[in-house]
Amino acid sequence: MGLGAYVAVSAVLFALGLIAILARRNVIYILMGIEMILNAANLNFVAFNRFGSMKLDGQMFAIFTIILAAAEAAVALAIVLNVFYLFDSIKPSEADLLRE
Amino acid sequence: MKEVALQRIFYGALGVLALAGFGVGLAAAGAQGLAFALFAVMTLGGGAMCIWERSVVRSAFALMATFTGIAGLFVLLEADFLAMAQILIYVGGILALLLFAVMLTPPDLGERRLGRILAATVLVGGATFFLGLDVSRTANWFVRGAPLDGRAEGDFGSAERIGVGFLALDQYVVAFELAAVVLTVALVAAVYIARRKKSDLEPEVTQQEPA
Repeated sequence: MGLGAYVAVSAVLFALGLIAILARRNVIYILMGIEMILNAANLNFVAFNRFGSMKLDGQMFAIFTIILAAAEAAVALAIVLNVFYLFDSIKPSEADLLRE
Repeated sequence: MKEVALQRIFYGALGVLALAGFGVGLAAAGAQGLAFALFAVMTLGGGAMCIWERSVVRSAFALMATFTGIAGLFVLLEADFLAMAQILIYVGGILALLLFAVMLTPPDLGERRLGRILAATVLVGGATFFLGLDVSRTANWFVRGAPLDGRAEGDFGSAERIGVGFLALDQYVVAFELAAVVLTVALVAAVYIARRKKSDLEPEVTQQEPA
């Protein structure tokens, strides 16, 4: 399989993540969509690393992305818990204290 | 009743698409194409199921298929260390965190709206389709004059080379230490934020009300 197939899978996964963020009114789905988008970017990095004539730079980028995704998931869980304590809901449209 | 019919339509369409993907992969590149199609179907089918399912727990477990499929694609791309890291961190760590978030918040089964999903699919899918069409027509990826279709020099993905890349002074040692610091700070801060009580949060809110 060539580079194009991997890039196509990555593009569709990115689109699915975006749809998950846009379509579902729930903070958890937004987190899941972000994870899908990060995975799509990782797949692109590794695919271009495999088919290009760079050494391991793409894989290194992917590893750092995974590390930052782990940190992001932990902080996001804490924020979701706080939003739930504060608003008794995890719908992002109800967290609107700053609107007024 | 209607829900059952919807589930049948969705999973029937997903199965047909998966079989078509297997056929195309097998016809295009034999056994390797079939393996690629298998992992691609796992990845994209998991993503689609995650958007479709009503229950958040089911969505989280569908996401497990996505992460595992990505790990398989990493193996096909000869990034074996990254595939292991993907399974350990995403399936073992991030998915467990997501499940904790699911269990600590109330379920909301009536939240899925078909119209919203369809609208987002049409919007994002159309944008992706036309952008992809444009990119596939115009882009040709070259690096230093050579087309990007062969494999690069050097052996790929061995854990030893990645470890040397992390620690060699002329490669990624600064980014590696920085990532360690970021991870420590983020996890400590996450624990601190998550342990705050409701009484710590409320004064900032109630002070706003008289004005």
